[in-house]
Amino acid sequence: MQSTSRRGKAPGAVRASILGLTRTLSIPALAVLTALLIGALIMLLSGGNPLVGYVALFEGAFGKARSLSETAVAATPYVFAGLGIALGFRGGLFNIGVEGQLFIGSICAAGVGYAVHGLPWFIHMPLALLAGCLGGAICAGIPGFLKAKTGAHEVITTIMINYMAIYFTNWLVTGPMQDPGTIVPQTRRILATAEIPAIWGAYRVHWGTVLAIAAAALVFWLLWRTVLGFEIRTVGANPDAAKYAGIHVGRNIVITMMLSGALAGAAGAVEVLGLNHYFAPSFSIGYGFDSIAVAVLGKSHPWGVVASAFLFGALNNGANLMQLRTQSPVYIISIVQALILMLVSADQIVRRLYRLKDLPKGNLATPAVATSESALGTGKEAKS
Amino acid sequence: MDMRIIIGLFALTLVKATPLTLGALSGVFCERSGVVNIGIEGMMLTSAFTGFSAAFFSGSALVGIAVALATGGLLALLHAVLCIRFELNQIISGTVINLMAVGVTGYFNRVIFSGRTVPGVETLPRVEIPLLADIPFIGPILFQHQPIVFTTIILVFLVHIVLFHTPWGLRTRAVGEHPRAADTLGIDVFKVRYINVVVGGMIAGLAGAFLTLEAVGTFEKLMSNGRGFIALAAMVFGKWSPVGAFGAALLFGFAEALGVRLQIENIGIPYQFLGMLPYLLTIIVLAGVVGRSTPPAASGQPYRKE
Repeated sequence: MQSTSRRGKAPGAVRASILGLTRTLSIPALAVLTALLIGALIMLLSGGNPLVGYVALFEGAFGKARSLSETAVAATPYVFAGLGIALGFRGGLFNIGVEGQLFIGSICAAGVGYAVHGLPWFIHMPLALLAGCLGGAICAGIPGFLKAKTGAHEVITTIMINYMAIYFTNWLVTGPMQDPGTIVPQTRRILATAEIPAIWGAYRVHWGTVLAIAAAALVFWLLWRTVLGFEIRTVGANPDAAKYAGIHVGRNIVITMMLSGALAGAAGAVEVLGLNHYFAPSFSIGYGFDSIAVAVLGKSHPWGVVASAFLFGALNNGANLMQLRTQSPVYIISIVQALILMLVSADQIVRRLYRLKDLPKGNLATPAVATSESALGTGKEAKS
Repeated sequence: MDMRIIIGLFALTLVKATPLTLGALSGVFCERSGVVNIGIEGMMLTSAFTGFSAAFFSGSALVGIAVALATGGLLALLHAVLCIRFELNQIISGTVINLMAVGVTGYFNRVIFSGRTVPGVETLPRVEIPLLADIPFIGPILFQHQPIVFTTIILVFLVHIVLFHTPWGLRTRAVGEHPRAADTLGIDVFKVRYINVVVGGMIAGLAGAFLTLEAVGTFEKLMSNGRGFIALAAMVFGKWSPVGAFGAALLFGFAEALGVRLQIENIGIPYQFLGMLPYLLTIIVLAGVVGRSTPPAASGQPYRKE
């Protein structure tokens, strides 16, 4: 998809690129529409009123300045986490451990945020954010290392670390890191110097949203403007070829996983530093898993991820008003998101439904996820 | 240590290993025919919910189990269609199933059960096998359980026989190792894969039924708690064989049972660390064993006729 923008200045190039863009966007747009329609059907069959529901959803997401702010707030962790998964996809890795990395990242950020004293904000806040990234990176680096060294499939190891991370943070906030002033399992409030400030008066939207978009630019730069990014993409496209080209595949896997984990950690850290100002285990609503759909819908492209993260943020935020007005549980949005993931990846279904022309096989259909992967449990890297 | 405690620990090991074994058998069925299924977790969760709901409203545990099996089979059919017909990346398809499971169970749990007191159904009755249950030590460990535990042990051997001693098993393995060759010999690759994936899904459905109808008698949010994934690790550890997977599941089940036991003993280790045991063990096992464990050659790859 990025090739369309580089086609040069030949006559008709603009038209071709517009055509290319519409073609690129038509499938995701139709997939989202279809998923919403199926969601409406489910609501209808279970006694809800989808029309009223979706109007409330839209109003809840965009109706007032406050709803816009809340949509941006909800989108922010999706941007970071989606970028993390997309980066993994580009490197041929499926990091399903984003949820756990998010937990570790946010508790690291919270720890630095409340325990480190006497720093000016322009050091303290970045330090806390960095701690979050580091926590996520280590958390993801372990499965990366295991994959590179032993071939243990990252899909299972990262999921196992998810559960361990959740237990571990749970222990921290009921033990050594619990706020002594309360019996609730949560950390102390971070210091004001560690907070990411709000952007817009009394609204909750904070500079973390801007950081998220900056992170997307950074990931774009990394992937398409640096040698490391080239290596990551080469390993993702064809690990064997990468090996023969002299790329150290094992090291590359570890680096990709750590970068992916750092983004996931940032997702959690920004939630703590910009929004909640403390860590409690209930803060994540499954961002890590939804973000898989965000990355796939965004075609694993940084700007695509930003767009789909805002869509998911809008859906999740709007769902609250929908539940309030129509009693349709917010979970309908999880169903819709799963359907989006399905329809975007199996784009043949959408093409068939809307009688679109088939593209050549494999074109734009699936993200660059682990095409070289065979079964769970072993990777080609095990032999190299 | 008191003998009763040891007996209790081993008996609990078998109980905790049951959903893991079923999940692993489900995985064996799918992967031996060449389809990776990480959606087992979601299939377990969804059928745990539908099985419970059906048992709750019909008042019959059997209806509950039947609905759980059907749910697992239907979700597996979706997985099969996505992977085989639409050649979707199989891990993405599994993720679709898992996400869908969270949404569907969360949504309908609220639609159907919200506002009422937490309902429960009676768990399946405990069965003592006559004579065998009276054998000292072994009897209470192996022969005094609820029905799905027994069914699981029988299934392990049944799946072993089907896979390695029947024409269907031979076809399945051929399709999983070398679909092109199997196709040339006149085996319908797609049919074999569809049937194996759906049967695997039904086994995952039984695991779901175990969670609600046999273990606790009620549905809790996200109650599958990663068992579907641990089951896949057991499958890998057991080298894609039913008996091996059962052995691995027993190991993970032991870790879980030990955690429960130590928590009761209250020896000062926080319960969170005990809860981590099976997950940690899974990672160690995967990292330690994988180099020596080879999956079916065509597993994970869609097949396209020429």
